[in-house]
This record gives sequence, structure tokens and C-alpha cells, in this order.
Amino acid sequence: MNHFVLHDAHDTVAVVVVEGVKAGAQLNGWIMDDNKHMNMTARSDIPIGHKIALKDMKTGDTVIKYGVDIGKVVAPIAAGEHAHVHNIKTKRW
Amino acid sequence: MSVISKNTTFMGYRRENGRVGVRNYVLILPVDDLSNAACEAVANNIKGTMAIPHPYGRLQFGADLDLHFRTLIGTGSNPNVAAVVVIGIEEGWTKRIVDGIAATGKPVTGFGIEGYGDHETIKRASKVAKEYSQWASEKQREACPISELWVSTKCGESDTTSGCGANPTVGNAFDKLHPLGNYLCFGETSEITGGESIVAARCANDKVRDQFMFMFNRYQDMINRWKTDDLSESQPTKGNIAGGLTTIEEKALGNIQKIGKKCTVDGVIDKGEVPSHPGLWFMDSSSAAAEMVTLCAASGYVVHFFPTGQGNVIGNPILPVIKLCANPRTVRLMSEHMDVDCSALLQAEKTLDETGDMLLECMLRTANGRLTAAEALGHREFVLTRLFESA
Repeated sequence: MNHFVLHDAHDTVAVVVVEGVKAGAQLNGWIMDDNKHMNMTARSDIPIGHKIALKDMKTGDTVIKYGVDIGKVVAPIAAGEHAHVHNIKTKRW
Repeated sequence: MSVISKNTTFMGYRRENGRVGVRNYVLILPVDDLSNAACEAVANNIKGTMAIPHPYGRLQFGADLDLHFRTLIGTGSNPNVAAVVVIGIEEGWTKRIVDGIAATGKPVTGFGIEGYGDHETIKRASKVAKEYSQWASEKQREACPISELWVSTKCGESDTTSGCGANPTVGNAFDKLHPLGNYLCFGETSEITGGESIVAARCANDKVRDQFMFMFNRYQDMINRWKTDDLSESQPTKGNIAGGLTTIEEKALGNIQKIGKKCTVDGVIDKGEVPSHPGLWFMDSSSAAAEMVTLCAASGYVVHFFPTGQGNVIGNPILPVIKLCANPRTVRLMSEHMDVDCSALLQAEKTLDETGDMLLECMLRTANGRLTAAEALGHREFVLTRLFESA
């Protein structure tokens, strides 16, 4: 079972694709472009479709998804935590 | 080995100008808001016709007025439409729309209300609408090569599963149609923000690239001129955010998956313009779902791929909208709206080639007459794009 998926091996966030992920859960991830797998422990409850941080990030870091820059970190994020509008913002507008 | 090849055919309606449609509507088309009541009365009188009321068409000017005419003429000209009755408050602008549609060779007649009143207009228009309805009802489908199917796409109420599954499924289907010579279309200009260099790199030549960047920058300038915050909640929308999309860049990278891995971007059109040669066209357009689909219909597209994440429900009066979704929760909770379930992608139970083929199979069934979920549910959103206030 894939609990989360990511596009590119360099992505720093992944998408949770199952319902009911709770803090502490051991998760299996699928790196789609390489067809490889990885593991992660959830540090927060994360709803289906929301992102999980794959590494520790500090304010000002660039978030990588699809292998490219998708925004900036605005509050520190620990690996395994819920990554969304409370800690990531656009760089564009 | 895909489900389609250059020898694949579908059963379509060959129109007077050679274009092929997959539906056979007789439209009662209002020029302006004053004419909605008369149009609805005619469509009520005469079975087999459909009115498409809308709120605009008065005191518009400049580029906004040009777009209004282009959209109404394009809608009437679409090959999914067999014949049109046009009703406006006065005869001048009514004639302009009639003449625009008449260029396709299809039957079209116009009526102005001033000097006649609703009752008389409804009577006169109903006579013609009845003739058109009975005439259209004898039209037969004939086998046509698949390359004559014009296919557009726009995603809506996206979430992160759109970028992982539903949008790449469209991309896979587009990669299979593009070499066959189909006219294809994508757009949603603001929603390319963050991925514009990727789209620019896919443009077939410098001229197309320059045109694309012109449209992209024009939209950015407009947003920067009017914005009061970082557009969080407008673009991405609250629905996108509830579904897990965080930034416009992330949404754009998901959006761009719809153009596949191999398609070149072969041309650029403004809102509602008609493409002039086969290939994948970028149309400058809003990311608001019904606005963009209305523009695709006006540009002449006859089938639409609409990937969704959180569950967008719109359709269009004349353009069959196929909904596909890779979010298992949405597919479960909003099943009546879904035509293609590609959630198996996320668990690697199906490959992209397989879901791409599922979408193409649905496209063929839709082209041959199967009602999409949106059609069966009666979703006929007809939304005109405005550029600025009326005078």
C-alpha cells in the first residue's frame, strides 16, 4: 500500500494518498518517476491529499515538488509534519 | 498499443462547413439579457430546442464587446449545434450574430423584440424553431476519422491528486491524440504561474513561444494591477486548499501535466478565437471552470476532458464535459459526477497508459452519443468572460 507519493527523488514534500494518517504512523512512499519506494514516520495527523514534509526545513527554504521550486517555507517544518498554508507560501504574488 | 490509432473512427454529424460534431442541438440564443425570457419561452414551446440564457450583452464596448460577439457566434457555430434561432432586443446586433453563424452554412435566423414585443417575437421565433427542430431530428451520424475530433481540457477544483493522477491521465491521452493530427486545447493562464518556463520550452517555435509569453505576462500584469493580497483563497481556491494544494506554483505544476510528455504547443489563441491548424493550442483564458469551458465551446471544441480532485460539477450546454478523478474519497462521495475513475493510479494498480486509454475509450463513447455524467445531471453552465465594466 502506498501511503504517500512523490514525483521526483529530490522532492522535499510528498502527497498523502490514503485517509486516516495519524501522528506516529509508519508510512510507505512511492517515488513515481523512478518507481522506487521509501519510508517515513508521520509527525502530525495529515488528511488525504495534503502534504507531508520529507525533511526538516527552516524559514526561507525553497520547497521542491515535481523536482522544481513550488514556494517558500514561512515557518519551520520538521520531517514528517503536515506541510501546507500554515508553513508554506507562494513566492509569486 | 493504445485503444486508438489513425484508423479509429467515431460516429459524428458532418456539418455544412465540413466540421464534425458529436451532438445535434438546436439553440435558442439570446443576444442580451432582455431576450432571455423570449428564448426560454420558445425553447419551452418547441421540443428538441435549448435556450442558453445569460446576463450580458448591453453597453459593452471595445475588446469586451468583441469577446461577447466572438463567444456567441462561436457557440452557435460549434459543430455540436445543428441550427440556431437568435433573439435580441434590437435587430442590428442580432443580425451581426446571425451573420457570424451563417458563415458556417448552418440554418440560422434572428429576431429583434423592439417593435414586436415578447408575444409576437415568441410566435415568430417558435415557427422557425419548430422547422429547425424537425429538420435537425433527421440528421444522421456518419463514420468520421478520429483526427476530426477537437478535444479541449481544463481542470477544476483540483487537489494534489490532480497533479499525481488525473492531469497526467489527460496528458497521456493528449500524447496519443497529438500525433494523429487532432486539434487540442488547454489554457487557464494564471494557473501556469510557476510553470511558465516549462510551457515555454514546449512551444514548437519562437513565434509560438513569444505569443505564449505575451499572453502569460498580460495576465500577470492584470493580476498585479488589481490584487489586494497574495490571492490565497482565490487562486488557489478554498477548495484547492482544502484538498491540500498550497501554492499557485504547486497548482501550476499539476496543471501542466495535462499537456503530457511529448506534445508540442503548436499555437496560441486569444479567448474564444478559432485555431487555424491541427495541434495543441494554448488559449488565453480564465481559470474559472465554466468561463473557460464556455470559451472552448466558442472556439469550436466538441469534447472536453475535465480532471478534478475535490469534485467540480460543471458541464456546458453544447460541449460534453468528461469528468475524471484520481482522489478515491471524492470518487466515493461524489460518484454521480464522475465518468472516469483513475484513483487506481495512486496505488500503482493501473499505469498511466491504462488510465489514458480508459479516458480515450470514454471519449469515443461520448463522441458516439453516450451522455456524460454532467449531461445526465443537467449541468449546462454557460458563463461569459467579461474584460471590464459596461459603459
